[in-house]
Amino acid sequence: MTIQDMVRVLNARVLIGEEKLDMPVYTACCSDLMSDVLAFVDEKTVLITGLTNPHVVRTSEMLDLKCLVFVRGKVPSEEILDSAEEQGLVVITTKATAFTACGLLYAEGLRGVPVPLEWDMEGKK
Amino acid sequence: MTELIRSSYPVETADYASAGSASADIKRKLKQLGITGDVLRRVSVASYEVELNLVIHSLGGELTLSVFPEYVQLVSADRGPGIPDLSLAMREGWSTANDEARSLGFGAGMGLPNMKRNADDFDIQSEVGVGTTITMKFKLA
Repeated sequence: MTIQDMVRVLNARVLIGEEKLDMPVYTACCSDLMSDVLAFVDEKTVLITGLTNPHVVRTSEMLDLKCLVFVRGKVPSEEILDSAEEQGLVVITTKATAFTACGLLYAEGLRGVPVPLEWDMEGKK
Repeated sequence: MTELIRSSYPVETADYASAGSASADIKRKLKQLGITGDVLRRVSVASYEVELNLVIHSLGGELTLSVFPEYVQLVSADRGPGIPDLSLAMREGWSTANDEARSLGFGAGMGLPNMKRNADDFDIQSEVGVGTTITMKFKLA
């Protein structure tokens, strides 16, 4: 699907990146824990989150993410949106909760970002 | 070996607002040198993690980027307080982060293990009352 499809499925509002909505997306991750996003996300994907501090955008920048989806109708500050725009991120907001947003996107074919196998192996003590 | 770039960034304790700015600059510099893809992503993640650790846990310190023809090196050196039990600190899920760090989405105890995972070479030296030095190397091609 494309980001435009995500906007439709989530009945979302586009905050940044109107011109990039035709970008294809295949996977997503959902977390309010940036530590986990940094540790487990290995590809240019979509982050669904309820956290709206500057570190969400910073984390996206380090991982080269494509799109940020804020749930429960959250809208980050202008300053945060400006920095998202600078790095070319698409930012959308939906009234859906994180659980519902994930369910709707999964039903349309989006899948969870794969967690690298070697991490599973290493992680088990 | 010829050093192509060397940049140092002071990182202050509890400076949550600008945490990550050094890593953003490091990423820009590496991109300018034509470093991309997997290496760029791994350096960026490790650098952000180590910068956050300086902000969250240290009494202040410095992050230094060096680029050599064959590898990228990140060194984080702080002024304390030092880590009493390194093997515990390296354990996934172990965290001593405060509520402020946790409210920002950090402090899950993934930082040090994640740095180790992303770097090709990871070394940590720590002495209580003195400080902690982390050296990470990332091979280029």
